[in-house]
Order: sequence, then C-alpha cells, then structure tokens
Amino acid sequence: MRVRALCLALGLTASGPSLADEAQVVLKEGPGRDVVAANCSMCHSLDYIPMNSVFMDQKGWEASVTKMIKVMGAPIRSEDVPAIVEYLSRHYGK
Amino acid sequence: MLAAGQLGPAGLPSGALESAVLDTLPGKVPLIKRTWRPPNFETPTHYFNDAFTRNDAFFVRYHLATIPEVDATAWRLKIGGPSAEKPLELDLEQLKRDFEQVELAALCICSGNRRGLSDPHVPGVQWGNGAMGNARWKGVRLRDVLKRAGVKADALEVVADGADAAVLDKTPDFIKSIPVWKALDENTLIAWEMNGEALPHWNGYPARLVVPGWTATYWTKHVTSISVVNEPYTGFWMAPAYRIPKGKFAVVDRFLSQETDVNTPITEMVVSSLVTNLRDGSVLPGGKPAMVRGVAWDGGFGIRTVEVSLDGGRVWRPADLGADLGRYAWRQWSFPIAAPQPGDEYVVMAKATNRIGGSQTFELVFNPAGYHNNVVQALRVKVA
Repeated sequence: MRVRALCLALGLTASGPSLADEAQVVLKEGPGRDVVAANCSMCHSLDYIPMNSVFMDQKGWEASVTKMIKVMGAPIRSEDVPAIVEYLSRHYGK
Repeated sequence: MLAAGQLGPAGLPSGALESAVLDTLPGKVPLIKRTWRPPNFETPTHYFNDAFTRNDAFFVRYHLATIPEVDATAWRLKIGGPSAEKPLELDLEQLKRDFEQVELAALCICSGNRRGLSDPHVPGVQWGNGAMGNARWKGVRLRDVLKRAGVKADALEVVADGADAAVLDKTPDFIKSIPVWKALDENTLIAWEMNGEALPHWNGYPARLVVPGWTATYWTKHVTSISVVNEPYTGFWMAPAYRIPKGKFAVVDRFLSQETDVNTPITEMVVSSLVTNLRDGSVLPGGKPAMVRGVAWDGGFGIRTVEVSLDGGRVWRPADLGADLGRYAWRQWSFPIAAPQPGDEYVVMAKATNRIGGSQTFELVFNPAGYHNNVVQALRVKVA
C-alpha cells in the first residue's frame, strides 16, 4: 500500500497525465490545507475538491471524507478528520 | 473552438466550471478535463456532429488511478468461475481466431453523464453532456466464449474485472457483473477494435466488454477476467454503487438478482437527445437558412421520432432522422429553420421518443447519484 502510494508520488505510475498537470490545482489558503492535500492526493488529484463545489455543506463533506475512509480504505488518521472536514466545508462548502 | 468558461453547460457547479480545462492525454485531442487522476475527460460537444465519435476524441472515465499500459502479446483473458464447466485462458490471437468476429455500432454513455446538471447537485464527477461516444465495435460474442467454457445451469451472473486497479489495497477493485441473460445476448461483445482501429489505451486496450444498450459502467476496459457465478456478486461497485431508486425510471431491462426493496442496478440508457451544433447563447446569421442538428438515443429499442420546438415548447414539429446505424447506436437528426430574421429569438428544444413510446422528461427525476438525466434541453438562440 505504502509502496504504491510512494510510486505514485514519484511519478512511477504505468501511465497517466503527468504530476505536473495535476500540480496546477491550487487549493485555497487556510488552516488544514496541507493535511487535506497530503491525505486526499494519495489516491486522486486534488481537482476533485473544487469540482465538487460549491454545493455541499459540512455534513456533505463529512460524508465524503467518511466514505473515503470506510469504503475506499483511505488511511486517514482519526485525529486529522475534523481539520479536513473543517477546511473542506469552510473553503469548498456552501 | 472552445474558449475558457465554455467547458460545460452553465448548469454545472461553479467549482466544476472553474476547475475544467482543455488538456491532452497521450493519443487524444484536447478534451475537457474534469479530473486528472484518475483521468476523467469529457468530449466537447462539437465532435458529436459526426455520426461516429473519433477515437482520439472519445471520452475517458476511470474510477481508480493505477492504469497499466497492457502489453497485448502478454495479455490473457481468464474465463472461469463456479458456474463454468471448463475454465479457459485465451490470448488475443486465440480470441480473434477461434470465434466468429462481429462488428456493431453502439453508443457508450457514462451512467453519470450530465450528473453536473443535477438540481440539487450531487457529489461525483461533474459531467456535462460529453461523457459519451458512438462507435463501431469489433470483437467476438461473449456468448461464444462463455459457451466454450461451458455455462452451468445454475449460472446467475457474469463478473468482469479489468487490469486497472486502485492505488491502495483496501480500495474496492472495479469489478462489475451483468445478468447471465445479458452476457448471453448475441450483441454483447468482447471487443478489441473501435471504428476500425485498435482500442485506444484510454478506452480499454487491448480488449473490453461492449454491452450495447446498457450504460458504460458494465463495459469493462482492459478486461482480464470473466467469471460465471451462481450467486449475486456483492462488491462495492455493484452495491451500493451504481444504483437507481426502484420505480422512478421507465426502464425495461431488470437485473433481478441484484434488486433490493428500494433500489436496483442501473441497466439500459433512458431515451435522450442532444443538440450538437448550437449551445445556449449561440447566435445565427440572419437571412440565411439554418439548421438545428443533434443526436438521439435510447437503450436499444430504436428512436422513432425527434420533435423540435423553437418557441420553448409550445409548437413541436418532427425533425428529419438521419441514417439508421443500428438500434444501439445514436440516431442523428436535423431540423431546418427556413428564414431566420435579425432580431428573432428562439428557445430551441428537442425531444426524442423511442419505438416503445418512451420519451424524455421536462423535470429532473432526482436520484442521489445523478444518473439518467434526460431532461429536455432549452437553448436560447438569437439571430443577428
């Protein structure tokens, strides 16, 4: 798991748009941004976040983060969850 | 050519419009980037003026971000499972040589095409109109391959997996099942060719399932394994994913082994249409005859009529239908505007009806995943 995530971070995926492309995505400045970027980008580019805005409230973002952990198996530490939900709902929530 | 801010209909979420750009995947023309990883790229509408959608403009949709470049000579397709009598393995040459080759035209459309137009918006890839494409698919019948493996009497579903995988081991792999009756339908294919060329990498090279009439979620790309099973497949991507509420949509095909009291897997496409040569805000030159062009489709019964209104739905007249490319393909249509005069304003609408009387809706049938959006478009068009 960690090894594959690392491969991805090093741009060693078999094929795909380059990491330079997705590096164009700049999340809004604010507390929690780094923890959001680090956790969410393990599996997907960060454009998923602005794309899904602005229409979810805090409950909606909380449900999305919970789905990523419980269904998709994202290894997000439970102590990081409140900051992630707070950042997403403050900057990308309605 | 598309300018910034035109990368989707105005009804998309504001953040989806802002984060979309035109970008080029290897082997593709610039497409509308919804997400980079996994890659989700939408076809700009003007490509749909062609009867068949160019391979290099065909939309790209992945759930999971590990997408290997499959070596066709090393590729193998395993066919087995508890309800297969003689499991077997085929390479690409055997697949092409050992079974009758067939080609058919079919529309491939993402279940969530137009999800971005849901009101209220729902999370997911915020597609506009372009998560679809019409192509000629060449391959062999899945039925013939399954018969070689021997389908036992207790077979219930056929499960397909492709070479693409999740980044994390714990993420559910994208595995889908179809009812055995659909797998044995003479139109369901294992295809290696699209519009006369090898499948593009991004569209499932070297082979994919083609499940005509049904939404693209079942058209497994880079297919490597096919299992015949005697109980419902329960992976995440079958349930709770890709479900529609029961009783809300006029669909004919049922996937009984997967139905619950409240929902059911999405099956065939609903009747729909798209204007391809105009968009909301288009301006026509005055004094010159004009044409409204578009496409219409359904789940395989065939399009009977397309009606067009220029006045927001008061008066409807039939459009001319183009060549019938096959019942699973879309049908092109056109509607002349004889003498547009400067200052004229139209609200262009198109409404398709299929051969069993199914049609489009004027009000969204809301569902939490944003599927089956076949709301009649209304495009404001001016004459200058």
